[in-house]
Amino acid sequence: MSDSLLVVEALTHRYGERTALSNVSFQVAKGEIFGLLGPNGGGKTTLFRVLSTLVAPSEGSVRMFGIDVVREQGEIRRRIGVVFQSPSLDRKLTVLENLRHQGHLYNLRGQELQSRIDQLLSRFGMADRKGDLVETLSGGQRRRVELAKGLLHKPQVLLLDEPSTGLDPRVRRELSDYLERLRDEDGMTILLTTHLMEEADRCDRLAILDRGQLVALSTPRELKEQIGGDVISVETRQPQPLAEQISKRFGIEARVLDGSVRVERTNGHKFITELVEAFPGQIDAISIHKPTLEDVFIHRTGRRFEEAQA
Amino acid sequence: MSTKAETNYFLLPAFTLWWREMVRFFRQRDRVMGALGTPLVFWLLLGSGLGKSFSAPVAPEGHGYLEYFFGGTIVLVLLFTAIFSTISIIEDRREGFLQAVLVAPVGRFALVLGKILGGTTLALIQGLVFVLLAPLVGISLSVESVIWLVVVMFLLAFALTGLGFLLAWRMDSTQGFHAIMNLFLIPLWLLSGAVFPPSGAPAFMRWIMMCNPVSYGVIAIRHGLYWNVPQATAGMPSRELSLVVTAVFAAAMFLLSLKAAQRTTRGDLQ
Repeated sequence: MSDSLLVVEALTHRYGERTALSNVSFQVAKGEIFGLLGPNGGGKTTLFRVLSTLVAPSEGSVRMFGIDVVREQGEIRRRIGVVFQSPSLDRKLTVLENLRHQGHLYNLRGQELQSRIDQLLSRFGMADRKGDLVETLSGGQRRRVELAKGLLHKPQVLLLDEPSTGLDPRVRRELSDYLERLRDEDGMTILLTTHLMEEADRCDRLAILDRGQLVALSTPRELKEQIGGDVISVETRQPQPLAEQISKRFGIEARVLDGSVRVERTNGHKFITELVEAFPGQIDAISIHKPTLEDVFIHRTGRRFEEAQA
Repeated sequence: MSTKAETNYFLLPAFTLWWREMVRFFRQRDRVMGALGTPLVFWLLLGSGLGKSFSAPVAPEGHGYLEYFFGGTIVLVLLFTAIFSTISIIEDRREGFLQAVLVAPVGRFALVLGKILGGTTLALIQGLVFVLLAPLVGISLSVESVIWLVVVMFLLAFALTGLGFLLAWRMDSTQGFHAIMNLFLIPLWLLSGAVFPPSGAPAFMRWIMMCNPVSYGVIAIRHGLYWNVPQATAGMPSRELSLVVTAVFAAAMFLLSLKAAQRTTRGDLQ
């Protein structure tokens, strides 16, 4: 990829004894929405901290715009916008005061700052709340002001940590729409972490992290296609023996997960008939669906996403 | 990090951090009450209650305890304001405000200076309000003494806010800070000559009081209050010495705070 804006190479990070990231490498192209999907504790928050210059990694290199993130920290900070998971707005200040404070931290001032604030607030539909204290805003409104705050100094990359956490589905979709508009209209490169499949599905490309390792890297569509056809789950009283029999008979991998047997297979609808005929009386229920990102996670790690969260 | 870029990103960020402290303080009325009201009540209750039992060995005739305690109360006003404004560091960290400052291209020098100057300014304003009450206890102020007091209060407030910053920077709960306040900061004030003079205390305590840098701030304030009454400060360290020690105290607290802020703490990651 010649137009890579972010290049992560062999990144490893340890907190004392614990390895949070292990040999992670990937690249992000200019103008794409790149998602880091993973269960909590999977390493995506550590990766986010490294990318946002809060933490210097133990090993490996991270380059943005061709610049080393650790060595040229100041330069990187001027060129990235960061939106954190926990709110970074001062609730005792008004929307305008918060944004002005942020602008001053980036050495913006006067008319330039004022027009930039007005422009962003009207873009996010918050112009009429300018003079209100942040504590009087709703969760979705605060998130929009956070977004405006992160974009104030015209960053070339926007980093968002779990942007949808705590938002209801409608506000979540609205946020995704805003991000897509930023990409399409401004050519913004966006990198976000998430543990929500729905949000990950809307990314241009995805890196899936589990236990500090990169387990998959591609577009959501390709990842799902790699599974090969359909996902079939079989409900039965004795899943383990049935799984073994299925493997033996059809020469395919059958996994036991949460008491049911899972098989990935092209032309699943036909395979269902074969299965039911091959094991009469052993199958209580059978279902088929197109692969989701959840299936991709299971495929790559052998565990359910929720299981990995715990 | 290039030096020139750091300079460009110094003044405005420091100013805006300072300005935020001002806005927040005056928007929260209860903080004004806490920082100014509490010492005032302490002063009136302790001052009048102990008035008769107290015989000041250092003060001349006619100077009661209410008056002796006045200078100490000014220091308490500074201390309380410093404490309250540095507690906000812990809140900023916990609530998430600080993380946005930490990823901004702001040097830690500007961060520490803006924050400490914010607390210092608030303490100075309140200290000054209290100083203006001096004539009520029969202390007459002159232009020189007020100027001296402003300088001394500024340095002492800066030192105390710096001390608060140093203690608060690594903390993740305000409860922890309250414990430190009760076990360390209040005793620091009690053993500064603010409440009782060293002359009547046991030898080991006198020794502690002599080593306590806050003592020199209290003495410097007494010098200001009794600018034209040298006998009221007889036997105490000189004006010059008390001023220099207070200035060194302020500089040391700033440098230590800066050093603490330049190290990445686990708390940065919350």
